This record gives sequence, structure tokens and C-alpha cells, in this order.
Amino acid sequence: MGTINVGGKELEVDEEGYLSNLADWTPEVAEYMAKDEGQDLTENHWEVINFLREYYEEYQIAPAVRVLTKAIGKKLGKEKGNSKYLYELFPYGPGKQACKYAGLPKPTGCV
Amino acid sequence: MSDVKNFLYLNRRAPYGTVYAWESLEVVLIGAAFEQDVSLAFVDDGVYQIMKGQDTSGLGIKNFSPTYSALGDYDVQKIYVEKESLDARGLTVEDLLDLKYEDEDDDWAEKDSIKVVSAEELAKLMDESDVVLSF
Amino acid sequence: MPILHTVNKSPFERNSLDSAISHALKGSSVMLYEDGVYGAMKGTASADKISGAMKDVSFYVLGPDLKARGIDESKLIDGIKVVDYSDFVQLTVDNDKVSAWT
Repeated sequence: MGTINVGGKELEVDEEGYLSNLADWTPEVAEYMAKDEGQDLTENHWEVINFLREYYEEYQIAPAVRVLTKAIGKKLGKEKGNSKYLYELFPYGPGKQACKYAGLPKPTGCV
Repeated sequence: MSDVKNFLYLNRRAPYGTVYAWESLEVVLIGAAFEQDVSLAFVDDGVYQIMKGQDTSGLGIKNFSPTYSALGDYDVQKIYVEKESLDARGLTVEDLLDLKYEDEDDDWAEKDSIKVVSAEELAKLMDESDVVLSF
Repeated sequence: MPILHTVNKSPFERNSLDSAISHALKGSSVMLYEDGVYGAMKGTASADKISGAMKDVSFYVLGPDLKARGIDESKLIDGIKVVDYSDFVQLTVDNDKVSAWT
């Protein structure tokens, strides 16, 4: 357990840096976490982050990478629905890293 | 493909009184993420897990019933509900969530995942499964 | 000396509802909450027990627990009253004793 300071607010995070409370999330949180890992957030990153937030809103879970890849392909096109594209955007793993930036818990089944 | 086993998850408990239902769902999602052949069966009070219209806002706990609708994305396409359990509780398939999957071999047509089966049919399904996990 | 009997287990999982009903004297009340609310649905294998006891005993069910489980009020056995948390508290005050059948 620790906290991060985003825009003057102390937000609780777990030992791996995931937000403890989903409701604390703002786009600034994603920017802060990305910067902390030396990662620039482009429009392509935001597409995935927003997708994950919508997925969580609908199904109440962070999807496994395989499910995420398939779903992204369906929504954003085949050229984006593959692991190569997603790992280039999120080198620490599209599940782990993108879910973290999106303020979601670590994906179920992520080992 | 030889190391893919058939897993049947047997769900027997109501959703919120105990932690079994949610635990089972998490294990199912983990198992499915590893591309095993997973099917679910809802028996006894387990049928209450997939009742539609659940709204836990008055209790301040997580409503995980929307997660069952993600099972299709995880290639869980076989969801069995025991008829005897529905009958004893005055329920029909109309009272349950409308769970679907997309059939890859049929141009991604949307199909119903839920199949109502008798206790006898379910017993056979258990017999045919490599692994039965009961929650 | 009325007693409020509380039941929080599904009638299919345990016999709490049966026991509560068989120990409820005339003028007492039975409160169904948590998984006990499944017992309030009509058309179930155990619904007749409640209907049969209703002339002597008042039955209540906790609304937020019904909503959480997706049970519409139209599915309840006729004569069961839906109450909220503050009504539940009031019932415990209005009765001399509470007996919890868990």
C-alpha cells in the first residue's frame, strides 16, 4: 500500500501501483503513471485505455490479454487486434500496463 | 490439443450470501484464459447466480452478474442450467440472463450459451468431463 | 410477548425458514433478509409453508436484498411486506425479543 499524488490529491495504490479505488481515476492519473514509467501516451494508447474502461464498466472485470486482443480487433480493426501492436504500445504487457493506467485492477488470470 | 481438458464447473450456491459464486467465476475466467475447454453448470441455489435484473446498489457490494456476459468473450459457450433446480424455485429460463457467444465456425453468429438440461443429462455431462469442480 | 424471527438462509440450503415458522406463535413476525429472501418468492417448493402460516404470523422481506438478487416484487408471495433497513430496525424495537435462525 502506498499513495501517489496527482494534481494535489493523495490517491491510494497497491504494492504494484494499481489504484485501490476505481472511482479515483482521472485521465491525469493515467498520464502520471505513464510518465513514472517513462512512457508517452499517444492517441493509440488512449484508444486502448478507454476501451478497457468501457469493458470494465460493462462486465465488471479487466479482460485477459487474449480477450482484450480479440475485442480490440473487433472494435478498432484487425491491424490493432494483435499482440504485436498491443505490446508495442504497452511493452510491460497490454493487460498489466494498460489496465493500470486505466485505473482497473490487475486482470483476472494475469500471473 | 491433447493437453486440453474438459472442465465442468458446478455452481451450487446463491450469489451474495457466501463468496463461492464469485470465487468460482474468477477460477472459470482464469481457466478459460488458459484456453481449456470450459463449461459451466448451475444447479440448486446456483441458478440464482444468473438471475437477471440484479442491482446491489442498496447493499454497497459489487454486482458481478454482468461478468457472466463476458464468458462468451472467453470462449465459454456451454452453460447448463438444471431444469429440476429451476422448477423447485419457480423459475424459468426467462428469469435468467441472456448469455450469448459468437460462433467462430458459423461466421461469428451470435448464439445462446444457456441450455436447460435434466438432472439425468447433467449427470451424463459430469461423467463425460475430465475434471469436475464444485463450488 | 411477540418475537421477531429472522431468517437469512435460502430455504433450499438450510431449514432455517422451516424452523422459524414452526416456532412462531400467533402474533409474532418473520423477517427474511440476505439469502433468506429467496423464501419469499412464489411458485417455489417451500412457498406453501409461508402461505399456510400467514394467518397467524406476519412476514417481512428486506427490499435491498431482493433488488440485489434480481427478485421483482411481483414475484413475491401475496401478503409479504417489503421493508427497508429502518423498518427492519423498527421491527426489532417493536418486538420484545429477536430470534435469529441462521
